[in-house]
Amino acid sequence: MYRTQEGMGIWEHRGKVAAVGIGHAPTARRWDDRPETSVGAWAILAIRKAMEDAGVTPDQVDGLVLPPDTTTGSYWPEGRQVPADFRNAFKQTGDPLDGIAKLSADWILANMPELKNVKWARHATTCTSMAMAGAIQAVGDGLTHTCLVVKGWHNFSGRYYQGGANALPTVAGPGKYGSSLAGPASYATAMQFQRYCHKYGKNHDMMAPFMVNSRRNGLLFPEGYWAQHRPEALTVADYINARWVAKPANLFDNDIPIHTAAAYVITTAERAKDMRQKPVYVLNHAGAGTPGGATSAGVRARSVIANLEEVEACAAATGRKLLDGAGITSGDVAFENMYDGFSLFHVFHIEGLGFAGIKRGEALDLFQTDISIEGPNPVSPSGGNIGGGRTRFWNHTDSIQQIQGRAGARQIRIPAEIGISGGFFPMWSNFVIWSATPD
Amino acid sequence: MPKQSPVADDLDRPFWDACNAERLVIQHCNACGRFQHPPQPVCDSCGSAAQLVWREVSGRGTIYSYGVVYDTPISALQGDQPYNVAVIELADAPGINMMSHLPGTPVDEVPIGAPVTLIFEVTPGNGQKVPEWRVAR
Repeated sequence: MYRTQEGMGIWEHRGKVAAVGIGHAPTARRWDDRPETSVGAWAILAIRKAMEDAGVTPDQVDGLVLPPDTTTGSYWPEGRQVPADFRNAFKQTGDPLDGIAKLSADWILANMPELKNVKWARHATTCTSMAMAGAIQAVGDGLTHTCLVVKGWHNFSGRYYQGGANALPTVAGPGKYGSSLAGPASYATAMQFQRYCHKYGKNHDMMAPFMVNSRRNGLLFPEGYWAQHRPEALTVADYINARWVAKPANLFDNDIPIHTAAAYVITTAERAKDMRQKPVYVLNHAGAGTPGGATSAGVRARSVIANLEEVEACAAATGRKLLDGAGITSGDVAFENMYDGFSLFHVFHIEGLGFAGIKRGEALDLFQTDISIEGPNPVSPSGGNIGGGRTRFWNHTDSIQQIQGRAGARQIRIPAEIGISGGFFPMWSNFVIWSATPD
Repeated sequence: MPKQSPVADDLDRPFWDACNAERLVIQHCNACGRFQHPPQPVCDSCGSAAQLVWREVSGRGTIYSYGVVYDTPISALQGDQPYNVAVIELADAPGINMMSHLPGTPVDEVPIGAPVTLIFEVTPGNGQKVPEWRVAR
């Protein structure tokens, strides 16, 4: 299912699968407890918008892939009852938190009876990109011909990751060797970036042009959190003076958790020709992950914590798999929407790909050049998680829209012929190479 | 610096018992001559369980990199913020790293590449000793 091995050759379905529709729910910082804004309700809204966008009727859909995990890091408070108005508003599955703090295919299908022809439904692991790559491969393999990819995110009130096991005086499980000694999720990336700066003679301030550019692009993304709720530009001074979380990762290097949902329609290139939007063809999908490729779990580090060299090797292998399977070179990639939440590992991703001809140790130098949507090397025209909030899907939406020529104010000025999007961590990822043409 | 106390399980009890005796032991596969840590039921490389043994190491190492934590969700560590978290590469266990708060090193004055020596600290939750490192003088 997942292309995580090197040397697999050109992807067997190159140019035969396409994205044709996108649907987004609104964004909110946190759920407001109303049934109609629950993650389940917003996933339904996003699905209906995606089908409408593609010009697909519900009965034409026969596939559904989604990660059932919807948490941004916040969990349903222990002992809190599921609100009665939510229970009354939707059909329930066996899990009372389904549709509020998680999202199963069963819940979607129970509450969208119009999807009566879905015969192939699967749960992907954690990330939008895992669902996207899984759907793309399934369409190519003929398991489904018109497939929905769905990702919902819930965010509840309160600080996340607080309490529970983190508040205990003892620690069990793998955390006793690593995370219990650091804490913030961004620590590992920060430590790797620290080593990167030491190794290549760089510094954290050199991230500032990327961060300013990402917020700018995010503010041009009408569906994004910052554009909808906090239309504030980020300045270099804002960035370099922000409080640290795990130095050298500061507040802005950590993407803001939000509540939202999105959906996509993936179909065969043949069927896509008759749909409402211009098809965006898939040249390849690939990433890091389980060597067998049946699932897409992360590659395990050699020891307690992945070091920079392991991350760089993984990102470079992913770059090779992507380009080799698509039959292109990095010079053919007009724009990149590789994952950025946390911002610091965007450096590792684009060096692995060799975007704009860069090699290891050169991404921060690239950031000092024109990386805007107007320039020759558009970096993260979506704005990513940094510019839109924690979703892991702005990058896919933007890549599709760029190639369709409907990215609006974010439209890059150079021809958007081939682009890349996906995520998430360098050692656990799935990326898609999108193209305006199937060959 | 107080930390959460590790709770040993069947797999890693030899590691934690050795820490209580102020010895650092690492799993070693005699079949392929390779260390691995954290402990696993079988060798990551060759899959052997029978050839896995616990081998004592000196604990000497160098600082690979670090971060400074200002905002941790771990309650036991919040009183000591900001604090260093360094990654230590062990000199006589190639490829193995561990994490350290580097007691005695001022915050954000961590010398990457510097040699370190092993000490042990008692954790307050259950009295379990844990490995720690100081910059060698």
